[in-house]
Amino acid sequence: MHGGTFGIATPRVPLTPALSPGGEGDMPLVKSLPAHPDRKKGAAMTADILFQVLVSGLLIGLIYALVAVGLTLIFGVMDIVNFAHGEFLMLGMYASFWAFALFAIDPIVALPLTALLLFAVGVIVYQTVIRRILKAPMLSQIFATFGLMILLRGLAQFFWKPDHRLIPHSLVSGNVAFGPVQFGLPQFVAALGAVGVTGALWMFLHRTRLGTALEATAIDREAATLMGIDGQKMFALAWGIGAACAGLAGGLIATFFPIFPEVGSNFILIAFVVVVLGGFGSVTGAFLAGIIVGLIEVLGGFLVGPEYKTAIVLSLLLIVLLVRPRGLLGKA
Amino acid sequence: MRFAPAITEPTRLPKGSLPSRRQTIKRLLAAAALLTTTALTGIGLDIAPAHAEDEIRIGVIYPLTGAAASTGVELKAAAELAAAIVNKEIPAPPGLVAGIGLPNLKGAKIKLIFGDHQGNPQVGATEAERLITSEKVVALTGAYFSNVTATASQVAERYGVPFLNGESSSASLTQRKFKWFFRTTPHDDLFVGNFFTFLGDMEKKTGDTLRSVALFNENTLWGNETTKLQVKLSEEQKFTIAEKILYPAKTTQMTSEVQRIKAAAPAVIMQSSYLGDAILSMKTYKELGFLPKMLLANDAGFNDSEFLKTMGKDGEFVISREVWALDQAERNPLIKQVNELMQKRSGVNFNGNSARAFTGIAVLADALDRAGSTKPDAIREALQKTDIPASGLIMPWKGVKFDASGQNELGTGIIVQVQGGQYVTVWPFDVATKPVVYPMPAWDGR
Repeated sequence: MHGGTFGIATPRVPLTPALSPGGEGDMPLVKSLPAHPDRKKGAAMTADILFQVLVSGLLIGLIYALVAVGLTLIFGVMDIVNFAHGEFLMLGMYASFWAFALFAIDPIVALPLTALLLFAVGVIVYQTVIRRILKAPMLSQIFATFGLMILLRGLAQFFWKPDHRLIPHSLVSGNVAFGPVQFGLPQFVAALGAVGVTGALWMFLHRTRLGTALEATAIDREAATLMGIDGQKMFALAWGIGAACAGLAGGLIATFFPIFPEVGSNFILIAFVVVVLGGFGSVTGAFLAGIIVGLIEVLGGFLVGPEYKTAIVLSLLLIVLLVRPRGLLGKA
Repeated sequence: MRFAPAITEPTRLPKGSLPSRRQTIKRLLAAAALLTTTALTGIGLDIAPAHAEDEIRIGVIYPLTGAAASTGVELKAAAELAAAIVNKEIPAPPGLVAGIGLPNLKGAKIKLIFGDHQGNPQVGATEAERLITSEKVVALTGAYFSNVTATASQVAERYGVPFLNGESSSASLTQRKFKWFFRTTPHDDLFVGNFFTFLGDMEKKTGDTLRSVALFNENTLWGNETTKLQVKLSEEQKFTIAEKILYPAKTTQMTSEVQRIKAAAPAVIMQSSYLGDAILSMKTYKELGFLPKMLLANDAGFNDSEFLKTMGKDGEFVISREVWALDQAERNPLIKQVNELMQKRSGVNFNGNSARAFTGIAVLADALDRAGSTKPDAIREALQKTDIPASGLIMPWKGVKFDASGQNELGTGIIVQVQGGQYVTVWPFDVATKPVVYPMPAWDGR
C-alpha cells in the first residue's frame, strides 16, 4: 500500500460542533478572539472565561484545603511539621487504586476504608516514629519526618513499581456543563467531598468532647494534661486524623489524577503555602487559604501565564511571611 | 493487602542484641563490598584475550547494568544479531545490507567487545579508553544515552578511532566538528521539524488551514530547547503561534494552561510532556471539553506504554513521533524477516532502539568491507563514502549517507497515531500503514 492511497480518514464519529475548536455552540465568545502571535502576556478575558477559570480554581483549591487541613492539624496540636504528609496522600491514592484493581471497589465507595486505613497509618507512624522524637530538637524532628517521606516513597516504588496508574472508570466520570462553564464530574465530586470532610472535621473539633480535648491540647498542652486529658492519646489522634484527611484527599483525586510514588511532591509544596497563609494550626484558616491559593494559582496562571503560576503562589507565601507571619487566622 | 509491609511495626530487638545487630550490619557491609568487587572483576574477566588474525574487533558500549539495563540488553541482542548476520552465521534475508558479509576482508569475522557504561558518562569514557587501548578495537559504537555518547566519542576522537552512533538523538552531538564521529539516527531537531512538514502535507490533503499552532511544552531544558526550535521553524515556515506555554513540570492542575490554549483556539497543539503531565493534560482537555484538530506529541510521556494503557480510549488519536514502529513490518518484508530472526534468537520484537542498534552495526560492517582494511583512516574514509539505499535497511529512512558533520542526511522520523490502542505509522505517507484520523473525534463521540 503506497502513496496516494493514504490520505485522510474521516473520523469514526462526526464532530459535535460544540466541542470542535472554534466551533459554534457553547463557546461563541472564544471564537471571536483573535489568535494573534504578538499576544504574549495576558489572555483575553470574557465573563464566561473568567467564570470558568474561577470555578476551576475553586475546585482545585478545595482539594488543596483538604490536604492542608491535616497538615495544619498535626502542627497545631504538637508543633511538628510533617514532611511526609504528601506521602499520606499518595498512600490514600494507592489504597483507592488497589481497592479498585483487586476488589473492583470504586474510589468513592472505598473512601471510608481509605480513611480508616490512613487513620491507622497515622497512628502507627506516631507510635513508632513521632512519639520518640517529641522532645528532640526541632532539627531532628524535621529529619525524622523527612526520612519518613523518603521511606514511604521508596516502599511505594518497591512494592508498586514507579509506574503511573489511573483508575480507568470510576462511578464519577464525564463532564457537567452549566451554561458556558464546564467542569469534570470527578473534580466536582472531589471538591464536594473536600468541603464535606473539612466541615465534618470542624464539627468534630468544635462540637464533640474528644474534639474539644484535641483543641485544648493544641492551645496548651500542660494545662490540658492537668485537666485530665491524655496528651499521648491526643497526639496519636491528631496524626490519625491528619493522615486520614490526606488519605481522603488522595482517594478523592484518585478518580482523575495519575497515581505514582512521587505524587505527594506535587501537592506538598502547595499544602505548605496553604498552611502558612491560613495560619499554622488553624483548620478554618487552611480551608479559606486553600480556596484562595487555588483561585490565585489558576486565575494568575491564566492571566499572567501558566509558566508563572508556581512563582505567583510562592510569592504569595513570601508576602504572607513578611506582612502577616501568623497567617490569616493564626494565633499570634 | 499489599499494604502490610509498608506499615508493619519493626520488630523490637531486646537491648542485649544491639551489639550483635551492629555486627550484622558490619557483616552485611563486608559482604556487599565483596560482591561489588567480584562483580567488577567479573566484568574484567568477561573479555577473552585472544586476538585471532581474521577477527575484526568492534567496541560496543551500552548500559548493560543500572537503571537502563533492560534497554541495554535489548541493544546488545540487536548488535549481536547484526554481527551474526555479517559473519554469515545466520542466513540473511536478500537485500539486507549486512548480509553481504566482509568479502573484501577475505571473509574475516567481526567480534563485538562489549563495554558497560551503567548510564554514567564518566564510566562511558573509561570504557571507551579500555576498549581502544587494551582491547585494540578498530571502531566503537554505542552508547544509547546522548550524554554518554558525548564523553565516549570524545575519547575516540582523541585516539583517532571511528565512533559510529546509532541511537543518540541530541542534536548537539554532530555539531561538535568531530572528525571521527558518525551518526546514523536522525536527531531531535529533525523530529521537531518533521511535524511542520507533516502539517504542510496535511494541509494539501485536507484543504484545511493548519497554520495556527499552540506550543505547549514543559519548562525543563528539553521543553525550552524544543520551544526555541519550534518558534524558529514557525517563523521560517509561516506558521502562527496562537499560544506559547512553558508550563511547570509535575504540576497539580493544568486548568490555567488548557484554558489559555482553549481561548487561543489553535488548529494544532504541539506538546512536550513527561508521563504524569501527559496524562493530567489529557484529563484536563477532556474536563474542559477542548480538542484541537490535531494534537502533536513530542514523544516522551505520550509514547510510554503506560500512557496507552492508562488512558484507554481517551488516549486515542494522539499523534506522536517515532523512529520506528513494528507495523512497518506489514509494509516492508525485509523488516518482517529480520524481526523474525530477532524473535527466534532473543524472543523479543525489535523496537526503535534495537532496530537502530542493529542498523549501526550493519552500517559499520558495510564501511569495513569497503575499506578492505582495519586501519582507522581507511574505515573513516569508507564511512564518509557510505551510500546505502533505503532498500537495504530495516529503518523507514531514505538511506544512509553522512554529511560533513558525520550526520546521516537521509534519516527520517515517522509520525504515528494512536489507533485502536496502539501507535500506527501515518506519515510519511509512502511508509504509512494506516490513514490519519483527522480531525480528532470529539470526546463524547468516541
